[in-house]
Amino acid sequence: MPQRLTEPGILTALRLSLETATIATGVCLVLGVPLAWMLARVEFPARRFVRALVTVPLVLPPVVGGVALLLVFGRRGLVGEWLDSAFGVTLPFTTAGVVVAEAFVAMPFLVIAVEGALRGSDARYEEAAATLGAGRWTTFRRVTLPLIAPGVAAGAVLCWARALGEFGATITFAGNFPGRTQTMPLAVYLALEQDVDAAIVLSLLLLVVSVVILAALRDKWVAA
Amino acid sequence: MRKLLLGVAMAAVLTVAACGDGDTNDAPAGSTAAASSTAVTGKLTVLAAASLTETFNQIGKDFETANPGVDVTFSYGGSSGLAQQINSGAPADVFAAASPATMKTVTDAGNANGEPVTFVKNQLVIAVPKANPKNIKGLSDLAIPAIKVALCAEQVPCGAAAKTALASANVKITPVTQEQDVKAALSKVQLGEVDAALVYRTDANAAKNNVDAIEFPESASAINNYPIVTLKDAPNPAAATAFVTYVQSEPAMKVLTDAGFQKP
Repeated sequence: MPQRLTEPGILTALRLSLETATIATGVCLVLGVPLAWMLARVEFPARRFVRALVTVPLVLPPVVGGVALLLVFGRRGLVGEWLDSAFGVTLPFTTAGVVVAEAFVAMPFLVIAVEGALRGSDARYEEAAATLGAGRWTTFRRVTLPLIAPGVAAGAVLCWARALGEFGATITFAGNFPGRTQTMPLAVYLALEQDVDAAIVLSLLLLVVSVVILAALRDKWVAA
Repeated sequence: MRKLLLGVAMAAVLTVAACGDGDTNDAPAGSTAAASSTAVTGKLTVLAAASLTETFNQIGKDFETANPGVDVTFSYGGSSGLAQQINSGAPADVFAAASPATMKTVTDAGNANGEPVTFVKNQLVIAVPKANPKNIKGLSDLAIPAIKVALCAEQVPCGAAAKTALASANVKITPVTQEQDVKAALSKVQLGEVDAALVYRTDANAAKNNVDAIEFPESASAINNYPIVTLKDAPNPAAATAFVTYVQSEPAMKVLTDAGFQKP
């Protein structure tokens, strides 16, 4: 077992998994918190529809999500074709593609948690801040965010955990190449094709790393 | 850990065996002639390499027509994954693999019933999108950095064959992805995400509306033999033996060769 852990491919896959999951969580925070705020605080006609769209990746089989991503961001996709011709950027089979796939699948976990926290927080604090002359951005930054911080942290942890375990959308959209797009779940799957013991070792490693990180995060942020 | 897995697998096999038809247990295992002449009945589960999907679907239908009491279910996937499933106790009657190496993992584990028989051969081709927009002519074109290539992962037979063919042609390529089975590699060509993929001739043939197949001489160095075998713990051994015999019969061979397989 020890010599399996030190095989270079395994550590590469583990590092790639941790990095992409963290970046994907960052992307989800940047996009997801404003989205959750909009869903919780702004009345607009298509709100139900937007909320359903946000939740869709939760119910969609990840492989279907991967195909959908290919149809949008692939070389011949709606957006992908334009990205390719205008900037020479192609997402499939790149590490950025892994991040996109993971963010797509993990974002609902964050949005739902943050929206719940926002709905649970008292809007009168925000109104009070506004009457005292704070602008929208100041109110959001100084009043709203501190109020919902535990909700955001919990959502981010869930989001990170889901991104770390992402398999279906990743292998479909980003493919499998060691060091570039082969994350731990993909490495486990391919190890299973040939060597069950290696797959078990890899799975245990991923499990231990996730539990340790989740436990550490929980004590630091969420319990506050 | 292994013991626990084994326990779970055994429990699964026992449950299935208990639920199966009682009349399947008394059939003589391995007696080909006897089984094919008597009518067989019941459920038959066949695990087959992904590259056999189209042909085995057809052969399964023909087999059901010839034996009205039989209900054939197929499970297709990467051969290596299927072999692992069998060795973990998946309830199945017949295993058809895309390479002797993967078959060997099943026979070595003592899960096969008798010796596997090679029933067809397959060869690699270069699959490119229809009309070959990048004008790919042979293996060496795949080494051009601007050409995006999908290969199968080396762990599955089509990846192992691709590795052999590339080595014998002395061509080094860096694929953009190593797919988990041959159908996944082919679908990346069909979706236009890669410019070429090394797949079996039969897979390119099955998708000929969307892809063109380019033959290359080096594929002769990496011919895949497809072995088939009945499994030791088969819930329906009589039907399993009959199916293996049927696959090697004249009508089934015609389905296989029409799809691009070669006789062994």
